[in-house]
Amino acid sequence: MKHIKTINAPISKKDIKNSGCGECQTSCQSACKTSCTVANQKCEKR
Amino acid sequence: MIHKFTMHGTNIVLDVNSGTVHVVDDMTFEIIDELGKPDEEIIEKLSARYSSEEIREALIELRGLQAAGQLMSEDIYEEYLAKNPLYNEGQPIVKALCLHIAHDCNLRCRYCFASTGDFGTRRTLMPLSVAKKAIDFLIERSGTRRNLEVDFFGGEPLLNFDTVKQTVLYALEREKETGKNFRFTLTTNAVLLNEDHKRFINEYMGNVVLSLDGRPEVNDRMRCRADGRGTYSDILPKIKDMADSRDQDNYYVRGTFTRENLDFSKDVLHLADLGFKQVSVEPVVAARETGFDLRHEDLPVLFREYEELALEYVKRYSESRGFNFFHFMIDLEQGPCVIKRMKGCGAGHEYLAVTPEGDLYPCHQFVGMDQFKMGNVNKGFETDVAICDMFRRENIYTKAECRKCWARFFCSGGCAANAWQFNNSLDKPYDIGCNLERKRVECALWIKAVESDPE
Repeated sequence: MKHIKTINAPISKKDIKNSGCGECQTSCQSACKTSCTVANQKCEKR
Repeated sequence: MIHKFTMHGTNIVLDVNSGTVHVVDDMTFEIIDELGKPDEEIIEKLSARYSSEEIREALIELRGLQAAGQLMSEDIYEEYLAKNPLYNEGQPIVKALCLHIAHDCNLRCRYCFASTGDFGTRRTLMPLSVAKKAIDFLIERSGTRRNLEVDFFGGEPLLNFDTVKQTVLYALEREKETGKNFRFTLTTNAVLLNEDHKRFINEYMGNVVLSLDGRPEVNDRMRCRADGRGTYSDILPKIKDMADSRDQDNYYVRGTFTRENLDFSKDVLHLADLGFKQVSVEPVVAARETGFDLRHEDLPVLFREYEELALEYVKRYSESRGFNFFHFMIDLEQGPCVIKRMKGCGAGHEYLAVTPEGDLYPCHQFVGMDQFKMGNVNKGFETDVAICDMFRRENIYTKAECRKCWARFFCSGGCAANAWQFNNSLDKPYDIGCNLERKRVECALWIKAVESDPE
């Protein structure tokens, strides 16, 4: 595309069905302890 | 829903529901606001500055993204939630514990949310028997979850390090017979940190959080001993040695900024200049009467600080002297699943805190609030399901503010403890925290946009 650059892939309906296994790290254990920071957590399945 | 913003000359459009991020030129940035109108009307409106051919090209590109579900995509998640609740009924499935291994501290940090270490209760150390019961509780309550986490927290956990060691070894023993996989972390002020601690931590802890606020005067103003002396000069060599011994990975040097250092980007860069590669400097959680609390009038300064920090962050990466800033790290491809993004940190059901007495609370920040006491590991594996329900029924759609917010899939509804502290409700997020989170997400998206186009 000439006017738009898309930098990542979308979340799809398929992603929902494969999500929520709960094996990933709890966000507050990583560093914060005072602020909810979820988007930098890794998925254990990928 | 979309969120569009310009930072440092880059136009970014986030499609909220699909999570797709687009970098667009100035003309397309304007056209997006007009998308509901007929093409001819849009062309006429913008024709003074752009050619009709260019406008038509952009419209074709934008409509292509719409058709592909990457722009103004619909919200499919709320309907999914109605049919598939995010939680089980009855006793919770717990996967992580914050063990308050010491309700005592050798520092008297002025902003401490734990009332300088004891959480407003007696100064006590957790007996090994209680720590072992907590491990048993976690295994028992974890159901089919394999990966279990234990954070050694305080107060100051090095005041009770023998219990830390014995607890780790006990958990690893139980790991073998149960098939679980324990992951340990520890948060320390580093005052007592010695070679023995370092060896053990490096052998067994997946992450260690080392508290240091930044510039010497900033650190020492807040992080002081009982006699008022600062800590910077004593702890810095120990923290540097610890970070180096872990090859500058799997740790965080972690600071707090308050109203007294709104220019916190200088503290972040001070830590980076010292050679730290994993840095987290975060806003204080403090009550209004302390005077350290961040206020709405501080937001413009703080926004500017984050934006300038982002600029310097990218510059340093381009010069091969980059560092990780926890709040700018965002994973647009391999990040958390959408279910996690809807339900947040898991406090009160997946994640609980245990006091030295064995009392269970929804998280470390609720410790000491009697109405949130959920059970006691010495009295069996049952928890108060009514309290648990208050937390696990929360998600981004139960909160009116989150429903309207473009950043909801990044922060996942905010911190329950902050919401309770400032609004006395788990449903009403802490507004200053939300404002700062949105700015941090914008900065993180801008950094991703720059990384995707180094030119």
